[in-house]
Amino acid sequence: MTATDAHISSQPLPDAASEPGAAVQPALSIDHVSHSYGPRHALIDINFTVAPASFTALLGLNGAGKSTLFSLVTRLFGIQTGRIGIFGHDISRTPGDALRLLGVVFQPRTIDLDLSLTQNLLYHAALHGISRREARLRSAEVLDRIGLTERAGSKVRDLSGGQMRRLEIARALLHRPRLLLLDEATVGLDVKARADILDHVRQLVTEQGIGVLWATHLFDEIMPGDDLVVLHQGKMLAHGQVSRVIADAGAQDVNTAFMRLTGTTTLSGRAPS
Amino acid sequence: MSSTTVPPARSGFSPSEYIICLNGIVWREALRFLHQRERFISALVRPLVWLFIFAAGFRQVLGISIIPPYETYIPYEVYIAPGLMAMIQLFNGMQSSLSMVYDREMGNMRTLLVSPLPRGYLLFCKLLAGTAVSLLQVYAFLVIAWFWDIAPPTIGYLTVLPALVLSGLMLGALGMLISSGIKQLENFAGVMNFVIFPMFFASSALYPLWRVQEGSPMLYYVCLCNPFTHAVELVRFAVYGKMNWVSLAVVGGCTVVFMIGAIIAYDPSRGLVRRGPGGGEA
Repeated sequence: MTATDAHISSQPLPDAASEPGAAVQPALSIDHVSHSYGPRHALIDINFTVAPASFTALLGLNGAGKSTLFSLVTRLFGIQTGRIGIFGHDISRTPGDALRLLGVVFQPRTIDLDLSLTQNLLYHAALHGISRREARLRSAEVLDRIGLTERAGSKVRDLSGGQMRRLEIARALLHRPRLLLLDEATVGLDVKARADILDHVRQLVTEQGIGVLWATHLFDEIMPGDDLVVLHQGKMLAHGQVSRVIADAGAQDVNTAFMRLTGTTTLSGRAPS
Repeated sequence: MSSTTVPPARSGFSPSEYIICLNGIVWREALRFLHQRERFISALVRPLVWLFIFAAGFRQVLGISIIPPYETYIPYEVYIAPGLMAMIQLFNGMQSSLSMVYDREMGNMRTLLVSPLPRGYLLFCKLLAGTAVSLLQVYAFLVIAWFWDIAPPTIGYLTVLPALVLSGLMLGALGMLISSGIKQLENFAGVMNFVIFPMFFASSALYPLWRVQEGSPMLYYVCLCNPFTHAVELVRFAVYGKMNWVSLAVVGGCTVVFMIGAIIAYDPSRGLVRRGPGGGEA
């Protein structure tokens, strides 16, 4: 059992998900979204949803448009065409309500290396309007969960790559979001750290009911029971449960299905000769 | 695709959430400042060099006539002290914008921008945090200057505070606006050459405007149009418990314009962050 596994919380979802008057909504809805950088089309009519308590893999090569999509969902970019909703809250019209339900781990590290682990967490909590007292409690809780309590006062730059990623995931969960986006969260990590983080996130889905959108270009991070969105050169080529996508592509595994769908032969994205 | 039941999200934010957010941003800025001792020292050394070396050399060359707010002849060191206070804020404002460009390159900026609170408010908090840091520097400078016999009226230490806050906000907002247009950290050197130096030298920080007018009428008008001139004059009058209404109007107006410009520039749907990946995405 890894340190991460050992510290996964099994506590129920905060803000109970079954209050009276609750609405039925997908965790994330991407509704005919297109985006261009000048004349270059980065995303073309993307249309899918992520269910609560589900793990959806967003599979695509570098340059497929995954990071652009994440930037749109997190409102770093403005939406040019289409609509994005988080539990029914339109990210353009009511960004505050939508972002409150969203946790995100970006591909580049976004933690302050010169601050301690606790200071980074407290800063994040403040940005979500969480009181200092409550933030300290939650920080201690999440640090315990990821096995970094003893490093709470250390500077982040003294952590390993895997520990930094775990801290970023813990930070993304500090304000108790219902949807978690992770953009290539395991890039640059060793095999064990990758497995730890993936296990951690999958347990968040099963134990806390969080909806996860996991952007990756690594086939081995995808499980048969996951939902899958295949993105290639800005277009969505497939969407559905992994086993169905594989079957629809007439393939035996995700790797082959992806190659057939995209017309590529290698992970570099080169077309077959 | 399956769906499930979720609670209706609470809409809007309470006043305490806004205050907590402001406190958090100011606290983080202060922590970063304390961790960068070199920044604090260099922020102090710069005006002190001007005060102890430049002013000592020029006091015999530059005569200062009796001009408002002064009621008597004053040594040159006394004249340039408000200019140096504003200079600290000018450099701090640009340093803050440098820090924003760095944060954007390193990815830290995303942490701020994906906060659910309104983006304009987040930027305003960032601005206030930078201004608070500049106030620490200015008062540290005033303490040292006091030992150099540059001592404004005691009440002046208090009356200058609102002027420093306003000028700090204006210069910070300008820095923020500039930072939104800088794609890479390396490009920041241009800010030194094209913003800081022209603003500082084409102002009333080092010499009164009537002196400038004698030398070059055209430069005089440039100085008059320079918002930094008005920041200096606002501070200069406030130190003596007086008000320069024109400067107040100019500094206040420029603060609003620069702040609105920065908010637009960081607005994902309208501003500069639209340019694309690597192109200034915040």
